[in-house]
Amino acid sequence: MSAGLEAGFADPVHDAQSCFRAVLDAMAHPGRIAQITGLAASSPLGTAACSVLLTLVDHETPLWLDPDAERARKWIEFHCGAPIVMQQEACAFALTLSLPDLDRLSAGTHESPETSATVICQVESFDKGKSFRLSGPGLREPEILIVDGLPRGFATIWQRNHALFPRGIDLILCAGDRLTALPRTVSIEEV
Amino acid sequence: MNDTISSHDSASDPIGSRRHWMSVLARAPAEAIESALTRDGLLPVWTRVRGPETGLVMVRGRAGGSGSPFNLGEMTVTRCTVRLGSGDVGHAYVAGREERRAELAAVADALLQDPTKFKVLRHTLIRPLEEAQQEQRLTRAEKAAATRVEFFSMRNMRS
Repeated sequence: MSAGLEAGFADPVHDAQSCFRAVLDAMAHPGRIAQITGLAASSPLGTAACSVLLTLVDHETPLWLDPDAERARKWIEFHCGAPIVMQQEACAFALTLSLPDLDRLSAGTHESPETSATVICQVESFDKGKSFRLSGPGLREPEILIVDGLPRGFATIWQRNHALFPRGIDLILCAGDRLTALPRTVSIEEV
Repeated sequence: MNDTISSHDSASDPIGSRRHWMSVLARAPAEAIESALTRDGLLPVWTRVRGPETGLVMVRGRAGGSGSPFNLGEMTVTRCTVRLGSGDVGHAYVAGREERRAELAAVADALLQDPTKFKVLRHTLIRPLEEAQQEQRLTRAEKAAATRVEFFSMRNMRS
């Protein structure tokens, strides 16, 4: 019935704190890659995506789940207790295996831009693939980020999101046990 | 008095249902579960999926069983979820902060979901535990009944 239910954090308090710190650092330094340890992944999600979910998502944050990640639904419901919503517009977090249509997610309002959605997107890897030049707050020099798994024309899609500032979507990219973040403030060019 | 006890009694769930065995296990001491499983050679290898972890749950009540619900108070509960090699997942929520007890109750819950093991454990684990709990309940009810004050008879005595 619930065969294959994987464990969550071994040490919930400290593991969640260290993962939270990793996400915070990644958001403050766009494109910097952080490594997450100490958790068995629940297929089809990797260690990083699972840890971010356990750290950020709970019963107060509606989650939109990519149909491709359906196999992880049981695990998410059990460990995070998050309500899984059907409407993308209503979610606080979206968990996806490919970049979703950012226009369909909530970008927040001018009065409270913090209510926008955060996308946790699992990509193939950070070792090969397209290169992007990142610049903006948190980056003294432009940074190069290599990502395999983002769609063609990602830089254009992102610039539209970036232009909404202070509104906009924040993106956390996960690949295996590594993660990096692209906050709405970062400007991205394809190189 | 007896009526209020039987309303949350494990006897109100059909024998053999998961709810029934979980409620028996939740009241059982850790040693009793462990010794029964060891005796039958059924104590398996398990992995912890969640916990054991202790927290608070709000107990709610209704005056007279039909009034509007109110918060009675918080209660310490320890919960645990384990997975066996077979893939069966067991859950337990027990009162108090005894982690070993919650873990063993969860292991027993996982085992009982296997129909062949259920046939054995129903007799060697669940029934003895249930009988012991029933007896404990009766003893307590008898003690309470012995000290009951009949208000009506006191009034009659005065008049």
